[in-house]
Amino acid sequence: MLESAGQMIEPLERAQAESVHHRPGFTLSEGAFRKILYLAGISVLVLLIAIFFSLLLASMPSMKALGIRFLTGRTWDPVTSHFGALPFLVGTLVTSFLALCISILFSLPISIFLGYYHREGKASSFVKTVIELLAGVPSVIYGFWGLFFFIPIIRFVETELGVAPYGVGILASSLILAVMIIPYSASLGREVINLVPNDLKEAALSLGATRFEVIRKVILPYARSGIFAGILLSLGRALGETMAVTMLIGNSNFLPTSIFSPANTMASVIANEFTEATGAIYLSSLIQLALLLFVVTTVINIIGKIIISRTSVT
Amino acid sequence: MKRSIVCLAVGVLLLSAVGTGMAKEQELIGAGATFPYPLYSKMFDVYSKEYGVKVNYQAIGSGGGIRQLINKTVDFGGSDAVMSDEDLKAAQAPVLHIPTVAGAVVVTYNLSGGPEIKLTPDVIADIFLGKIKKWSDPRILSTNTGTKLPDMAITVVHRSDGSGTTNIFADYLSKVSAEWKEKVGTGTSLNWPTGLGGKGNPGVAGLVQQTPGSVGYVELIYALQNKMPYADLKNKKGNWIKPSITSTSKAANIALPDNMMVSLTDSEAADGYPIAGFTWILLYKEQKYGDRTEDKANEVVKLVWWMTHQGQKYAEPMEYAPLSKAAMEKAEKLIKSVTYGGKPMMK
Repeated sequence: MLESAGQMIEPLERAQAESVHHRPGFTLSEGAFRKILYLAGISVLVLLIAIFFSLLLASMPSMKALGIRFLTGRTWDPVTSHFGALPFLVGTLVTSFLALCISILFSLPISIFLGYYHREGKASSFVKTVIELLAGVPSVIYGFWGLFFFIPIIRFVETELGVAPYGVGILASSLILAVMIIPYSASLGREVINLVPNDLKEAALSLGATRFEVIRKVILPYARSGIFAGILLSLGRALGETMAVTMLIGNSNFLPTSIFSPANTMASVIANEFTEATGAIYLSSLIQLALLLFVVTTVINIIGKIIISRTSVT
Repeated sequence: MKRSIVCLAVGVLLLSAVGTGMAKEQELIGAGATFPYPLYSKMFDVYSKEYGVKVNYQAIGSGGGIRQLINKTVDFGGSDAVMSDEDLKAAQAPVLHIPTVAGAVVVTYNLSGGPEIKLTPDVIADIFLGKIKKWSDPRILSTNTGTKLPDMAITVVHRSDGSGTTNIFADYLSKVSAEWKEKVGTGTSLNWPTGLGGKGNPGVAGLVQQTPGSVGYVELIYALQNKMPYADLKNKKGNWIKPSITSTSKAANIALPDNMMVSLTDSEAADGYPIAGFTWILLYKEQKYGDRTEDKANEVVKLVWWMTHQGQKYAEPMEYAPLSKAAMEKAEKLIKSVTYGGKPMMK
């Protein structure tokens, strides 16, 4: 014990001696290391604020020209420079929340399956790997898959129901978004369900609870806030998803009237129109759209954080 | 430690050697329209092999090309649309529009059995305005006697991204329909009265091919390469014209203005296809700006001359419409008007 302590001291002394003699070498003092950590932390904050202000600055011209009409207007007309973002705001929120509702139906059972029923074993690690792979698939591939798989099915349903058989629209994008965000909420859900203390589960089982009762009465209440955090993370992804949505939403600048309607989202409009946008107000309006998306995402995250802190078991 | 320093030093030396090696070779930077990109890549590839001048062309879209030219970050811009008055003012100095090739936009459709159809200008406008809603509309049937058209709803498909293709198409519709001009107008992105949007030519083509009864517009070259059906159109002189490279070139057989800032849509040419347009190289008339050397300016002028002359032979094999004789003469005059410090660069 003593010996090892002596060995510990020796290199430390040497390091100090080196620093006194200003010998060049790769020694990092405790203080410098802490500074680097602070710097990394602060840089994230600075980055976020910088993004916000650069968006704000660049959207000034359109704010001045359009005012509140930007939020309430229903026409997006680059030819006459009338820009109303309401249809895109609605399109973004509707597709994302619909996707969320669909994805929960799958992600929650998956996380219970992997977090409680089959925590270890070949089958479980196989499923885990598949989920990780799903999260890594580029969104353009999801878009293509949706185009060739979902669209014909939806068109068939639409024909049967007697609505316009576009195929593309809110429903198609929500379905593909749901598939895309399942891995996020499922993985996080599995982690937190895994973290539920064994004592609690065993105590419940010893009292004669069935597995289903353990899930309902112990696991879900305990893991509630973590599961919700996972859902929130996936919502953030859904709100900002661009490529797959652009391919499937129909890109029509009208307020959607049903889940079969073609619509448009903020991210998709920006991706579509930015490269060819000429004219100061047009460009600035697209940037204001980005600002709006930024604000919507932030607000939803803050609301989510509040819900998480209220539901968490402490 | 020592070894890593040595490695680093060697690396830096190597990098700087590569850097100076590249600096010796002239490099020109262009950016803009995506439509001529495949042709330009071919041309620039041949050009760099022949003259040792590398041309880096970024296909970022006409709007982006114009922005980059105004910011003077490129040697030349590429555009499918004439610069707007606002943009010309922002450029502060005269900008030349030098045509390189012409392209056309075709009306494509998805009807079972793949019948050939003929459309008049007013019918196209009313379809895209959402006023003609069915394929069995008497106005469509009247020019397609003998063709079986289904009693099916028409689904309009348009571009969702800002595009020079949309600009040419809307420019044509504005000329043939007063209602279109008033309600929708011309631009790279529009407030479409009806229909679905697809991203890029492939996006529109995909939606059209998947949706029975749909109608959309794509570049001629894209329709040719993908064997898509396209409608014959009635031109201004009342002739039925099948879209082709030849009929596109012929659309330019009209009185062309000296500055070549001209739209070829609804052309007066008797056998010209009516939805056609030039794509242009944009460059400043006065090449001495910023810290540009005369050498560089010379290279740009030489390149553009080559593109409008020797380079033209690459157009047709790649399904672009080469410049007509009249257009080439105008282009020559424009290139000869380029100056460096007030002195003309070509005699």
